[in-house]
Amino acid sequence: MTIFRDCNNGGRDRSAEDRRRHRELIEESIKKNLGNIIAEESIIGKSKDKKIKIPIRGIKEYQFIYGKNKPGIGVGEGDEKRGDKFPGEASNNSGKGKAGNQEGEEIYETEITIEEVVKYLFDDLNLPDIDKKQLSQLEEKSYRKLGYQNKGIPPKLAKKRSVVEKIKRRQSYKRALEEQNQEKLTSSQAIFESNNADIDSNEDELNSKPISSVTTRRERFPFIEEDLRYYRIKEENKRDYNAVVLCIMDVSGSMDQTKKYLARSFYFLLYQFLQLKYANVDVVFIAHTTVAKEVNEKEFFHRGESGGTYISSGYEKALEIISERYSPSNWNVYAFHCSDGDNWSEDNNKAIESAKKLCEVCNLFGYGEIVPGYYSIGSTIKTELLNKIESKNFAAININKKEDVLPALKKLLEKVSDKDVEQEG
Amino acid sequence: MADFSIRDLEYWNERIEKLAKDYGLNYYNQEFEIVNYEDMIGYESYIGMPSHYPHWSYGKSYERIKTLHKYNLTGLPYEMVINSNPCIAYLMKDNSLLVQVLTIAHVYAHNDFFKNNRLFKLGTKAEYAIEMFKNHADRIREYISDPSIGYVRVEKILNSAHAIKFQTERVVEFQNRREEKEEPKFAVTENKKEFPNLERYSNNKSEEEVKEVQQDNRFFAKQEEDLLKFIIENGRLQDWEKDILSIVREEAQYFIPQIETKIMNEGWASFWHYNILNNLELPQNMHFEFLRKHNEVIRPLKSSINPYYIGFKIFENLKNKFGFEKIFEVRQTERDQSFIRRYLTQELCCEMNLFEYVTTGNDYMISEVSDDEGWKKIRETLCNTVGIGSIPIILVNDWNKNDNTLELKHEFDGRELELGYAYETLKHIVDLWNGKVSLSTQLEGKKKTINCDEAKRISLYG
Repeated sequence: MTIFRDCNNGGRDRSAEDRRRHRELIEESIKKNLGNIIAEESIIGKSKDKKIKIPIRGIKEYQFIYGKNKPGIGVGEGDEKRGDKFPGEASNNSGKGKAGNQEGEEIYETEITIEEVVKYLFDDLNLPDIDKKQLSQLEEKSYRKLGYQNKGIPPKLAKKRSVVEKIKRRQSYKRALEEQNQEKLTSSQAIFESNNADIDSNEDELNSKPISSVTTRRERFPFIEEDLRYYRIKEENKRDYNAVVLCIMDVSGSMDQTKKYLARSFYFLLYQFLQLKYANVDVVFIAHTTVAKEVNEKEFFHRGESGGTYISSGYEKALEIISERYSPSNWNVYAFHCSDGDNWSEDNNKAIESAKKLCEVCNLFGYGEIVPGYYSIGSTIKTELLNKIESKNFAAININKKEDVLPALKKLLEKVSDKDVEQEG
Repeated sequence: MADFSIRDLEYWNERIEKLAKDYGLNYYNQEFEIVNYEDMIGYESYIGMPSHYPHWSYGKSYERIKTLHKYNLTGLPYEMVINSNPCIAYLMKDNSLLVQVLTIAHVYAHNDFFKNNRLFKLGTKAEYAIEMFKNHADRIREYISDPSIGYVRVEKILNSAHAIKFQTERVVEFQNRREEKEEPKFAVTENKKEFPNLERYSNNKSEEEVKEVQQDNRFFAKQEEDLLKFIIENGRLQDWEKDILSIVREEAQYFIPQIETKIMNEGWASFWHYNILNNLELPQNMHFEFLRKHNEVIRPLKSSINPYYIGFKIFENLKNKFGFEKIFEVRQTERDQSFIRRYLTQELCCEMNLFEYVTTGNDYMISEVSDDEGWKKIRETLCNTVGIGSIPIILVNDWNKNDNTLELKHEFDGRELELGYAYETLKHIVDLWNGKVSLSTQLEGKKKTINCDEAKRISLYG
């Protein structure tokens, strides 16, 4: 006997838990891929809510499957000839092909805001509460009320104004009803038509209610969402809530694209991190060989020059810019220098001296030595910096590969929160 | 909103059943559940089993199906049928009355197929299907809630077990005899003896290659294609881990008959919904919709195989040539591979414009067309790639007890393994085996061995 059952699951969602777990795995996968994403992103000029598209490797379920060299069978129009070619999976992104048990390269594309990326990153870093220490004085902000708005968070609810809004709505509601009743008396025509014609367009809720129910009883007149008003608040920051990052980079011939790419990842993270902490973050790019100049972001990462290296030139340029535009009494200054350590030796002493001066005017001065490859010993300049600079706000780190960028940043930031100088080997 | 009531469905069902019985379809009792869109996706992602054990891969499947539907990359399923007795089918509420009617007819044919096809009769027990899945889910949940085991460890074993779930006994006929202690199996010879028509392993192979396979068998008498079972019996696993592997193995075996008869099963169902609805005296508007829907179901897909289409064409052709009796016999005895080998004719190949293609870089190149010379090659290629033929054969070649290395061998038939997947799968096997694993295969004409040590380091030799 055949049975038909109308099944209502009552909203029970069998798959909720497995979906949650899957999403969790995807998030882990995003975190693993972040290094690739940030290295492609421009450092400045992007709002936090700007969405970037990132490809995520789908969580693959591996099995033994056949590779691409296998023949397959297709269905054609009849005019196919041996040797005809047609585009394959790789050049056809509609992803429509169904390939039996084979999953192939599954790439999800997810949109994510830069803010979310940064959140993931710093979540993962488990950074100590940096701002509670040195940056704590920056936490205070002054607020000024600037009128009302319709959306907001509960603490900003403007109670009095909300009550006024409710009363206003009630009045117009009553008036509308009266008009309605009058119409009823004078005309026996379709109520709904007259209803629609007469009532103001901002009284939507009336339109949707059948007349009979509103005329009978309405002892309560509760708040609805549209009544609520919130204070519009402007945050006011003093100048000293601002920070500047001075990105200093060696752009001599030996700094190739790989090294610049690692440097960019680092600067990007540093900038993003400081954005979390300061209301406004300026970025200054200083490129140097034997001489230094201030450049824009594009030039900074894309122009290569040949010739030798005087690291001191970069530091001096930084000092010059700081004294001209970013007085330490008003600005929190972060300077970071990326180099492959290949300095001309006659410049070393001069560089150390400038570095010391930088430490005096900066909240933090960091040196990142970028030497791709697994086995690298520090350069002369790095050793000298470490030996001769005793300031607690100096840090030197190594970046050899993409995966080092985050730990390097973490190490650097620990300097901000923890004043113990850690010697690096 | 639905344009029908349960009463409408019952009305049409009665007429469909009458026709189905007159035609001679012989099916289990049928139960239909009418579900909404979200639940349908849910059933689809849990392969029809609402009580299936939990694993993130089903969550992934859900998201994937939902996304595909959202972007209209795949049509919504009309139905989902479970091989159980009574047979359970889900109908999607949002479909029109005509689609429900068509689906009901389609379902009775699937039901008939489950009940009568040799592979299902031998390989699955429809009476216990639902119970089996429920029992499995209960056991997995028990391990998850056991404080000494927990979610993470269960998930890890399931991940690995899923990686080799189809590396089990492939020949459905043998599955029910697995309790008996047998001599080591020689798939080729035993197969041929009992089922002379099944030409597994020897398809598409020169005599020399066949000889080579037989020689290999002589030297490595232990060759075992049931990797899962081998690990359960010989691996250093705890009882609960073994139990999880056996759960995964049992479910894989339940699905093998479906994998092996996809084209036949869908072709059979399409053939019957078409014949039944043509004789159902539908009102004219429903009749038009029926023709349109039917054409949607069996429409040829560009550059891939629509099992509904090929299966429908072959059954239709057989019925026209040899009558109904013949197709009933075919649905009982064949599986996709033998079905195609025997009944895909040159005439059908031509009519469907089948061609064979190979990959060249990122593109495909047409290597054979359905002309006098080409069609046989096309039929062979299709035979070898349908059903379980789409999954590489991995044999347990040897077990080196000195250093506990498990030696696996890919039964090479001209198709290379996807290396990235092979590496990751080997890592899963290392997890299960708790020791080194090696796999011999062929790449670009050369013999190669992939090793994966306990630290999951992969090396490729040869």
